[in-house]
Amino acid sequence: MAINWFKYSAPSTFYGLAGKLIPFFAWPAAILFATGLYIGFFVAPTDAVQSEAYRIIFIHVPASILSMFIYLIMAGYAALGLIFNTRLSSMMAQALAPTGALFAFISLWTGALWGKPMWGAWWVWDARLTSELILLFLYLGFIALQASIEDPRRADKAAALLAIVGSVNVPIIYFSVKWWNTLHQGATIKMTGTSMHVAMQQAMFIVLVACWLYVIAVALARVRSIILERERNTQWVNELKEVQS
Amino acid sequence: MSEFFAMNGYAFYVWGSYGVAVLVFGIEVWLARNRRKNILRELKLMRMDTEENGERA
Repeated sequence: MAINWFKYSAPSTFYGLAGKLIPFFAWPAAILFATGLYIGFFVAPTDAVQSEAYRIIFIHVPASILSMFIYLIMAGYAALGLIFNTRLSSMMAQALAPTGALFAFISLWTGALWGKPMWGAWWVWDARLTSELILLFLYLGFIALQASIEDPRRADKAAALLAIVGSVNVPIIYFSVKWWNTLHQGATIKMTGTSMHVAMQQAMFIVLVACWLYVIAVALARVRSIILERERNTQWVNELKEVQS
Repeated sequence: MSEFFAMNGYAFYVWGSYGVAVLVFGIEVWLARNRRKNILRELKLMRMDTEENGERA
């Protein structure tokens, strides 16, 4: 049985598939989020240096990792849409942008609330923090540019260019702690493993997976709305049971 | 229990971080649901409109 993958690249068939998939991402996301936080707060020990303040790590690090990953995936979809003129790819990029911006904001916000007690400052023009702030502006720029152009196809193209050019910023964020002498801590999780306590590792990883599932669920939900908005005059939308009822 | 919430004096920073994160997730989910409700309502209005006038709007 050969699976025709291209069947799901048409908005109409993808709309139905996405609808069925959302619960399978949303519920595990909620369960894993609760589990991860439980381990993070009740199993992981107190940190010798930072005592309880370090527990912010269980949301700060996943949010930061995701803010970068979502941007690369968004730029990837935008590029696909630009090159192959596949509308669904551009719609996926548009669906991911707000969630990416949200995670960049959470990364900056939780970082500031962690930095204040530990560094004594909410904000420092540090390489890592500044490049993350630029990432947030790139997300907002993508959303604004997309929204400002009337014709969706032209909006997709313009926003795609911004996303692709902006993706150079992601490696800068990642390597900023190595290239420049930054106040921000260097990479704690390296390919060779991590010096973190096992319960801390588990909690952070579980919250990361939970956030991943959350991103997929929200992006699928949002792309369905985008599909309906863009294909409002089509026959298949008109015949949808949720429109008929 | 209250000792737990005190977070050894860092309560504001820890709960300020998690509180805002959960709040922001909640708002995003609420907005996504709203967006769907709005477009479906619009589509229904369009459909009723085409049925009354007998031709595609």
